[in-house]
Amino acid sequence: MDQILFLIFAAIAVICAINLVLQTHPISSALSLIGVMGALAVLYLLLGGEFIAAAQLIVYAGAIMVLFVFVIMLLNAGAEQKVKRRVWTRWSGAPLLLGFVGLMAYVVQVLLPPSSGIRFGSFLQGGPQTIGTRLFTAYLLPFEITSILILIAIIGAIVLARKEID
Amino acid sequence: MQLWLIPVLPLAGFALNGLFGRRLSKALINAIAVGSVFLSFLWALKTLNALGAFSGGLETAYREHYYTWIQSGAFRIGADFAVDRLTAVWLMIVTGVGFLIHVYAVGYMAHEGGYYRFFAYLNLFMFFMLVLVLGANFLLLFVGWEGVGLCSYLLIGFYFLEKFATDAGNKAFIVNRIGDFGFALAIFLIGVHFGSLDFATVFGSVKSMGIETQAGWITAIGLLLLVGACGKSAQIPLYVWLPDAMAGPTPVSALIHAATMVTAGVYMVARSADIYLHSTISLNIVAILGIATAFFAATIGLAQNDIKKVFAYSTVSQLGYMFVGLGVGAFSAGVFHVMTHAFFKALLFLGAGSVIHALSGEQDLQKMGGLAKKIPITCLTLFCAGVAIAGIPPFSGFHSKDAILAAAYEHSPWIYWVGVFTAGMTAFYVFRALFLAFFGEYRGSIGQGAHANSPSHADHGHGHGGIHESPAVMWVPLVILALLSLAGGYIDIPQFLAPMFGEAHEGEPWLMYVSVAAGVLGIGLAALLYLAAPTLPEALARIFSVAYRWIYNKYYVDEFYDSVIVRPVIDGSREVLWRAGDVGVVDGAVNGIGNAARAAGSLLRLAQSGYIRSYAAWVVAGSILVIALMGLRGGAR
Amino acid sequence: MPPLPFTGPTPLSWYLILSAILFGLGVAGFLFRRNLITVFMSIELMLNAVNLSFIAFSYKLNQNDGHIFSFFVMVVAAAEAAVGLAIILTVFKNRQTLEIDEVSSLKN
Repeated sequence: MDQILFLIFAAIAVICAINLVLQTHPISSALSLIGVMGALAVLYLLLGGEFIAAAQLIVYAGAIMVLFVFVIMLLNAGAEQKVKRRVWTRWSGAPLLLGFVGLMAYVVQVLLPPSSGIRFGSFLQGGPQTIGTRLFTAYLLPFEITSILILIAIIGAIVLARKEID
Repeated sequence: MQLWLIPVLPLAGFALNGLFGRRLSKALINAIAVGSVFLSFLWALKTLNALGAFSGGLETAYREHYYTWIQSGAFRIGADFAVDRLTAVWLMIVTGVGFLIHVYAVGYMAHEGGYYRFFAYLNLFMFFMLVLVLGANFLLLFVGWEGVGLCSYLLIGFYFLEKFATDAGNKAFIVNRIGDFGFALAIFLIGVHFGSLDFATVFGSVKSMGIETQAGWITAIGLLLLVGACGKSAQIPLYVWLPDAMAGPTPVSALIHAATMVTAGVYMVARSADIYLHSTISLNIVAILGIATAFFAATIGLAQNDIKKVFAYSTVSQLGYMFVGLGVGAFSAGVFHVMTHAFFKALLFLGAGSVIHALSGEQDLQKMGGLAKKIPITCLTLFCAGVAIAGIPPFSGFHSKDAILAAAYEHSPWIYWVGVFTAGMTAFYVFRALFLAFFGEYRGSIGQGAHANSPSHADHGHGHGGIHESPAVMWVPLVILALLSLAGGYIDIPQFLAPMFGEAHEGEPWLMYVSVAAGVLGIGLAALLYLAAPTLPEALARIFSVAYRWIYNKYYVDEFYDSVIVRPVIDGSREVLWRAGDVGVVDGAVNGIGNAARAAGSLLRLAQSGYIRSYAAWVVAGSILVIALMGLRGGAR
Repeated sequence: MPPLPFTGPTPLSWYLILSAILFGLGVAGFLFRRNLITVFMSIELMLNAVNLSFIAFSYKLNQNDGHIFSFFVMVVAAAEAAVGLAIILTVFKNRQTLEIDEVSSLKN
């Protein structure tokens, strides 16, 4: 069952990613990205990362992407104009990409030693309690620093986007 | 004995006048300048007296060592002063005649601008000249040598607003430099061969060597020293600066270009007598060069119209005589002539200055005449100098010239005969100048409403309203010098220098009669041509027009030097060194670096396209490169 | 009975290849799209691909450090998205355009 689930959601992810790249209107790209994130959340679950899957859906898909959608609608960004491209550039993009990915795939296959593979449910350390303990003991310092980082980001966003007071 | 005071007193005068002279009153400047030289003269007298120079003492040199100047391995040069009999003669001449000329200059320069500067330079000159004669090694001599060259340049170009004065200063300095180059090479050779530059060491070593009859090291040193002497003492071929140096004020001509600086070459050859005595070739060349110069310069002096130029060529000619004296081995005779020449030549120049001062700047003999009644003291003293230089006994010039000619006859008779002929010419041209200036009708234009306008005396136009005698401060030195010119022959220098150069031997009496006769003949001829038959010179000039033109134009030597040496150097310098070398290569390289940097910069600037996507592309390309490298080198181990 | 196809555990390499594909698509979108916001979303896609890679390796090594890394990546992505969108807003206010090629005042 793992493989089938993997294949289905991998396909969804890839199709949504291609859609993101190919669509002209940003809002379509945003919705495709949400699709990618959803698919990835399922894949994280397959890998035993329950906390991360949840965080992905709540934070990434639920907050960050909503922010993107807000901004797109606020700016009323229109669709991109078609641009005149030379013939060879138009038709060389996909093959080049496929070639590159194929190469990467081959390298990965060759270099990775054969192993037992991924089974759903074998990884037990992905739960919130385990992650939380790790986070607040071994990774306490980075945690505090990221809180400062978020503070800076908030201040920055406010300063950058505010209206000038005359 | 504090020998150092002798030069340092004028140096102090230079420092005080140079630094503060602008704010001092003229009386104070005079006191400092003249006073320092006078004190130096007194101190030299006292020192020589204490050393017993006037009472038969001072057989060997008295040295004072101050400090070690250069110490390099085994090579030592100390700052030493030494006084022996040769130095004593020069000390008396330099400080004594120098003092008289300083006094004269107080009157002569009274109306000139740059008063304090003049006396500062004059004092500086005294300092360097005294270092030159007091130095106990070749290097100190060279220091004084160069220093007097510098002061000569500064003083010739004293009227620096006139181009011909600065040109003359440049010419003097550059031509002297050529001589200095030879002198420097000689010093190097001496240092290499004798391991020291100290006089005592070098001459001691030379005395123990054999006499070189073929060309060898000692000959080379002697000839190179002679090159230096030619430059400083205006012998052929480096005499060309001395006539032009008359552009300076007359006291400068008297002091530097008659009595002291130009005798530095003679001093140096006399000092290096041991070297020359051990190399027959160079000694002969000294004599031949001297007599050639004497003859050559005398011929030029026959036709000059500027009174100072006549005396300048006379100086070159008399210097030739001194070198003859040295070259035939009669060193003391040559030195004797230095002293008597200092008296009568300084007197001639100062007297000429007095005439020029009286005429408010006129120097052309053709515009003078009939001045005997108007400036009697000048006239009388100048005639004293004239008879002295003509070699009429018993005056000073006779004694010294006779000593030289007698020694010349013993060495090579032909030198004697040429010398006699030159003596005749000397008498002729000096008396020509004196007769033209003081007798006959006045041919000038003063007192008839127009001012003489001579470019060489630019600031001197003060309308006195007529020709008048010089003030006392000017004619008293003239009188003193006249007395010395008449009686100075009885200061027996050859006897004084006998311990150094050997006894002088009397020549046969007929030599003396012939040379005196030549002098009298010269005076007679001048009287004939310029007193009795004034139209005759013009007729003669027309008959012998080619020869006249040649000697009037100084044999076109200056023009020759200009086309052969000066123009090529200047043009080569401009075209090759400046245009090609400096502008092309050096500036090209330096600017080229700048241009290359700018080109590289504009090339690199293309990466800053401003397009975010191109930056992104570069980022991706770079990261692929890094990952590839990492992968090739075995991953992130 | 032979094992049915697509049963059994998924090899790790498949996850990595998927991560590579997603990353490559993200790079392509980053390089070839001209709308600022779309470029930004391509960056988010790349970050997600990397997250997947982290989690996969975390399973392989049987540690949950990868999850923590992934968590921090998400935090940083959030901060970056906030500030970046604020910048995009300012750019739009000043230039009235979201074309990436028009924002080139730093040329040369």
